[in-house]
Amino acid sequence: MLTYTIRRLVLAIPTLLFISFIIFLIVKLSPSDPTAGLPLTIPPEVREQIRESLGVNDPVLLQYFKWLRLMVWDEPLHLLENWTGWNVAPDGPRIISYQTRSPVMDLIVQRMPQTLWVVGTSYIVGILIALPIGIISAYRQYSVFDQIGTFVSMLGFSVPTFFTGVLFIVIFAVNLGWFPSVYDTTHEVTDWDSFIVQLKQIIMPVMVLGLYNASQISRFMRASMLDNLNQDYVRTARAKGLSERAVVLVHVLRNSMIPVVTVIALNVPAVFGGAIITEQVFKVNGIGQLLIIAIQGGDVPVVQTVSVIFAVLIVLFNLIADVLYGILDPRIRYD
Amino acid sequence: MRLRFLLAGVAALGLAPMAAMADAHLTRGGSGHLNIIYWQAPSTLNPYLSGGTKEVESASLVLESMARFDDTGTMVPWLAAEIPTVENGGVSEDLTSITWTISDGILWSDGTPLTAADFVFTWEYCTHPEGGCAQASYFDGVTSVDAVDEQTVRVNFANPNPFPYTAFVGSESPVLQAAQFADCLGARAPECTDANFGPIGTGPFVVDEFRPNDVIELSANDNFRYPDRPYFATVTFKGGGDAAAAARSVLETGEFDYAWNLQIDPTILAEMESQGLGTVVTAFGTSVERLHMNQFNPDPALGDDRSTEAAGPHPFLTNPVIGQAMSMAIDRALLVEIGYGAGGQPTCNVLPAPPLYASTANDDCLVQDIEGANALLDEAGIVDSDGDGIREYEGTPLRVLYQTSTNAVRQDTQALVKQWWAEIGIDAELRNIDASVFFGGDPASPDTFQKFYADVEMYTNNFAGVDPQAYMANWACDEIPGPNTQWQGSNIQRYCDPEYDALIEEMAQTADLEERGRIARAQNDMLVQSYTIIPLIHRGGVSAHANSLGGVLMSDWDSELWNIMDWYRIPE
Repeated sequence: MLTYTIRRLVLAIPTLLFISFIIFLIVKLSPSDPTAGLPLTIPPEVREQIRESLGVNDPVLLQYFKWLRLMVWDEPLHLLENWTGWNVAPDGPRIISYQTRSPVMDLIVQRMPQTLWVVGTSYIVGILIALPIGIISAYRQYSVFDQIGTFVSMLGFSVPTFFTGVLFIVIFAVNLGWFPSVYDTTHEVTDWDSFIVQLKQIIMPVMVLGLYNASQISRFMRASMLDNLNQDYVRTARAKGLSERAVVLVHVLRNSMIPVVTVIALNVPAVFGGAIITEQVFKVNGIGQLLIIAIQGGDVPVVQTVSVIFAVLIVLFNLIADVLYGILDPRIRYD
Repeated sequence: MRLRFLLAGVAALGLAPMAAMADAHLTRGGSGHLNIIYWQAPSTLNPYLSGGTKEVESASLVLESMARFDDTGTMVPWLAAEIPTVENGGVSEDLTSITWTISDGILWSDGTPLTAADFVFTWEYCTHPEGGCAQASYFDGVTSVDAVDEQTVRVNFANPNPFPYTAFVGSESPVLQAAQFADCLGARAPECTDANFGPIGTGPFVVDEFRPNDVIELSANDNFRYPDRPYFATVTFKGGGDAAAAARSVLETGEFDYAWNLQIDPTILAEMESQGLGTVVTAFGTSVERLHMNQFNPDPALGDDRSTEAAGPHPFLTNPVIGQAMSMAIDRALLVEIGYGAGGQPTCNVLPAPPLYASTANDDCLVQDIEGANALLDEAGIVDSDGDGIREYEGTPLRVLYQTSTNAVRQDTQALVKQWWAEIGIDAELRNIDASVFFGGDPASPDTFQKFYADVEMYTNNFAGVDPQAYMANWACDEIPGPNTQWQGSNIQRYCDPEYDALIEEMAQTADLEERGRIARAQNDMLVQSYTIIPLIHRGGVSAHANSLGGVLMSDWDSELWNIMDWYRIPE
């Protein structure tokens, strides 16, 4: 297993280099201009100077290698210094965002907690809702509960979050006035009251995303349970006189979890990636919002860096899912 | 957070004696907390590194300039003791220098005094060749900035400058603290993240926390020169989302006190306003949504030559009669009603304001006249000779490609205009281009507004400040974009008239304000009556504020937040 993991990790390096280069080309060759958003009152000569000072006019390959060197060496050291306080970071240039003229990695570090809070919570909430629904729906297939569960998850899966998000705001913030429509990113939880405030402002984005996640996972759970419920070993277990509870929750559930765990693990990078639309709707300053603002503003270094970090996470969690699979299912061996 | 201030306010009201109670909100910090939402979030607080409206306006809470423009477009002294003029000796007789005197006792928020050296430094900072300063045009023609003494700054110009109020005037050219930015010149500018995100200023507020593209927390400046202001103790300046959500948060949920730039469907905005929580306010500057009529031939068959001088004149749009008919066919009032609401007024001038410069010679266009337009074309012999419903001019059918940026209001306008033009026998093909490409100015892209590979295009332009000299000079012959200038140039419709160039020259020599007004109006009339440009809508800024927020005087001539030190919470 260890050799397998190491082999996969080594193989990931060329993959990631290739991905980063392709992303760079796509972003760079698309018609975007960091000065496009400026008012027309700013004359073209000044715009040209701004582009020049941002290094937009350098040859594309040179820009890529400059970025790559900073990305694989300087920036990780800065991150390390940030986390540990050791004085290891080199002086000199960093990956600078066109829009804010500040280091891209600082922006990501600043935004990661909000994304993990909101999107992470919604993921956990989604899983917690989905598993019981999936289990019951499968056990009582075609019952009223199953029909309702199927309907709700189809709804959650097919209605886009920009619709549910705004719908929630109109119902719960405008008409009922229960929750704020704008997420206060400066809010700090220090005591019970501030925790309640945090709960109130996080509940709508979490529910919007949670509904979507739950729909997806509950369908997987249901299908996987159905597969197993008809297996011979279930009949054997029942014939041995085990209680229904033990049959379903011990024997069937454990076997059914294998594919579901894979699906859950494969979706974890999306948590880090934030939820572009939901974050924008509720004004959560997460990674997704950072990415969309950067795309709109032609901010190549931010788009590039964030996308590559996603790529790293996706490659990493694919590996984790594969390894987990081996741990959960003793029949699977990679060596 | 707001709740706490509210409670503190209630407690203060309960305990304070009756006399103090009436004016408690009009003391420094007495109005508590202010929530502002800009749906485009500021990326930095250094307006010299950005130039975007969101950055300039958020920075205007902190950074200030010598003089600003109030809500009527009048210049008011801000850091300066008075506005220098030729009469008071502040502007030299030969118009080559202007001398500003800083008011007494102005401190930076860190307690150090503001001196002339800070202004000299700001000029050096913005004119550094490697800095990429976004406001460099404010220092155009400035040869040097001298510190005459601690409190006196002289700006020297290369040539006589009849309107010398550019450098250090308005929110786009504020003074930076030399001590804070000393190591940030030129290429090192982006390294000064702390300074760019938290500039020390002389303004009413200081930055407590800045999160790029998200939120700014500010609190009252203890060293502010007016001891009783600002009335608000703290400000949250939130960014992000979209215009409709920003409007909702002020007008429907009351979470925010002020929302900026609410260009949304006017009926939706009016519905939100009817909830009674807030008020929509508008301010009109110089923005005009207009049609440009290409004077060069944009025929795709001409390849790279199209829309350049090499392509030759346009087959029919160079004839002013056709342009006039196209203008007459448009119902500007309806365009305003459908797309702009309170944020627009029909206009027939490319230079609609300030009042001194606004011509009244073209107001006939305000009323739609399709019959008149048809008659005009018939009279000129431009008729439909082959019966396909489209008129021909010298054998060329009047078919135009009409392009603009992608934007719901603009596409509505396009559809309506197409229909009206069809009624006078002119066929329009519509096209819209993503704004970042259209306005992006990439010389390699065929879709920029400068390349103008179309017959008609529509967008809004304006100028900063109140003086139209530079703006009206946009239509000089040598400003025509083309391959020789990498498609840079502001004469988008490719208009060229030596008489117009003479007026530009005359304007540059004239200092008398009345006379300048006359010249500007003449320029406007020449442009508009050439029908190379068809003004449609005078666009204003639309914002909304909570009914409990007092003191808002919205201005389109400066930052909308220019007088934020006077804003207060109306006691309940």
